[in-house]
Amino acid sequence: MPLVPLASPTDWEGWRSAARALCAEGVPPEAVDWRCGEAQRGLFAGEEEWRSAAPPPVAVRAPRRFLTLSRYVICHRDEERFARLYRLLVRLQGEPALLANAADPDVAWTLKRAKAIRRDRHKMHAFVRFRKLGERDGRERFAAWFEPDHRIVELATPFFVRRFPNMDWAILTPERSAVWQDGALRYGPGASRQDVPDADMVEAEWKAYFAAIFNPARLKVKAMTAEMPKKYWRNLPEAELIPGLIAGAGDRNKAMLETVVTAPSALSKRIVRRR
Amino acid sequence: MAARTTIEKLRILADAAKYDASCASSGTSKRSAIGTSGIGSTEGMGICHAYAPDGRCISLLKVLLTNFCTFDCRYCVNRVSSNVERARFTPEELVRLTLDFYKRNYIEGLFLSSGIIRSPDYTMEQIVEVARSLREDHGFLGYIHLKSIPEASPELIAAAGRHADRLSINIELPRTEGLRHYAPEKSAATIRKAMGDVRSGIDENRHARKSRLLRRAKPPRFAPGGQSTQMIVGADGSDDGQILRASTRLYGSYRLRRVYYSAYSPIPDASADLPPVRPPLVREHRLYQADWMLRFYGFGVDEIMDGGAQGMLDLAIDPKLAWALVHREWFPVDINRAPRETLLRVPGLGPIAIGKLLAARRHARLRLDDLARLTTSVKKLLPFIEAADWSPGSLTDSPGLAARLAPPAEQLSLF
Repeated sequence: MPLVPLASPTDWEGWRSAARALCAEGVPPEAVDWRCGEAQRGLFAGEEEWRSAAPPPVAVRAPRRFLTLSRYVICHRDEERFARLYRLLVRLQGEPALLANAADPDVAWTLKRAKAIRRDRHKMHAFVRFRKLGERDGRERFAAWFEPDHRIVELATPFFVRRFPNMDWAILTPERSAVWQDGALRYGPGASRQDVPDADMVEAEWKAYFAAIFNPARLKVKAMTAEMPKKYWRNLPEAELIPGLIAGAGDRNKAMLETVVTAPSALSKRIVRRR
Repeated sequence: MAARTTIEKLRILADAAKYDASCASSGTSKRSAIGTSGIGSTEGMGICHAYAPDGRCISLLKVLLTNFCTFDCRYCVNRVSSNVERARFTPEELVRLTLDFYKRNYIEGLFLSSGIIRSPDYTMEQIVEVARSLREDHGFLGYIHLKSIPEASPELIAAAGRHADRLSINIELPRTEGLRHYAPEKSAATIRKAMGDVRSGIDENRHARKSRLLRRAKPPRFAPGGQSTQMIVGADGSDDGQILRASTRLYGSYRLRRVYYSAYSPIPDASADLPPVRPPLVREHRLYQADWMLRFYGFGVDEIMDGGAQGMLDLAIDPKLAWALVHREWFPVDINRAPRETLLRVPGLGPIAIGKLLAARRHARLRLDDLARLTTSVKKLLPFIEAADWSPGSLTDSPGLAARLAPPAEQLSLF
């Protein structure tokens, strides 16, 4: 059984070149053993790593959309991802329009995971909170701590480059970090929450805004948690206000309904009369 | 009185802005600060950076420049006769706040509105100055939504359109009579004219950008995110049919991107003129669903109102289901043969699922378990569809169907 080693859990390039060669050689999906990371290598004595026998005998083809989908799905934590994507690639050789059939179980499996990745990336774009470290050479410097569900740091970082090219910033996560400094991007190993300052001057204003924009007459906690699940709260400075806002909403609403209508002030009467 | 700090002003002026439902940051041109000395980007798709416990998305810093106002619109928390606390930002303060929030990734940009102080033109100038400073002094490329003041001069609206991604003018009440009674300083004709001006600004700009002569620079964009408006629901006596007809006219005549509905909700220091009965929040929700049916499902207002009674939508079930229950002659729909327009009539099927379904059925005749991979809930569809291995038989016409499909009553007590 070909044992295919991959450099990392998100080694899309490695997976792609191996998958292309295996597919060209006609190796069936169930016969491939995908392994990634140092730990999983050489577990069993006598096993040999597969090496591609170049050049591949036939061209392997896949629609452009498959490239995008596979890039996304590789970032998913599902252990089956390499094998599943390879199986889909093999099937695409005989059924080139397969991806259009979302009712197919293999396609549905892949689309579901790609969707989870897109959502995870979207939430990272939304919920990263930078804290200011200071300034250096006229550039403001920021850092953020974030915990994504999947291995999406590389997938999510270009957004921050497009948005904040003229600040220096670091986004730290448990498994991976991205650092943008003086116009250059570099990825590094994971970090810890303590590597990021635990406060920022502007947070007081942000919290004041969060509390003021909430309308206590329209409490809809489920609608909030559907889009901002609790797992994100510990890294959102404003989230610590939520329990208090919910608890106080009933009384505030009641007070608005019960308050006797006040008379317009003398000034307002003058303004109205002036017209 | 000691001068208020920025944070105190923020509390007052965000509180005063929260009755505007819109917080959208989508649908504008794609931009990035790469290669500029500025900051910001827009990605086409909006981003909600937080959610408040009222379930609303927080995408923009939504504030008023000031809540001092010389108008006396009865439904408005900022009307001149209300005794709420007042405050006013300087343009510089607001620019600083927007940039500070943006740099920390709290927001997509700014949604700025204002009470009318001194004169409509003076107020509009102040609003435009904030946007101008963000764009020109700070190279800000994030999203800007400006509320236009209908009585302001067309030149100021044009300036606003050059800096803003979206302009909005609130129509407030669906009927002219309602506006006359509840907002004596506002005129429906002026609002319509201002909306018309924005529409022609957008149209002319689009035309000029398309038909420019070779090698001439493209003219700058004008409100690439379009214009939107808001109607207050339940403050005057308009019924749902009247509201939806007003929306249809607005979408048609001014090509609005969105009409927002805002259930009149209790405000501090409410006017004695307002009706004592508050509309249930679910009414607002049903109007949004009906609005979706108008824009994406090919329904007309009269058809939608077929599912209601006395000009009001059914609060217990969604309007598409309500329509289907009184038009059972349309069903069952064969999911393997029906055209797109017919599939859009099936309660529980939306445009995305239908797109997938149409592509998938070219490969094979669809069975229920295929359908399960294309939609979220097959169970709700069962009475209305036929599949390769399913026919609803008498279920479609059974008298108990409405009760079976109505959600349990507890979900309705939102208010």
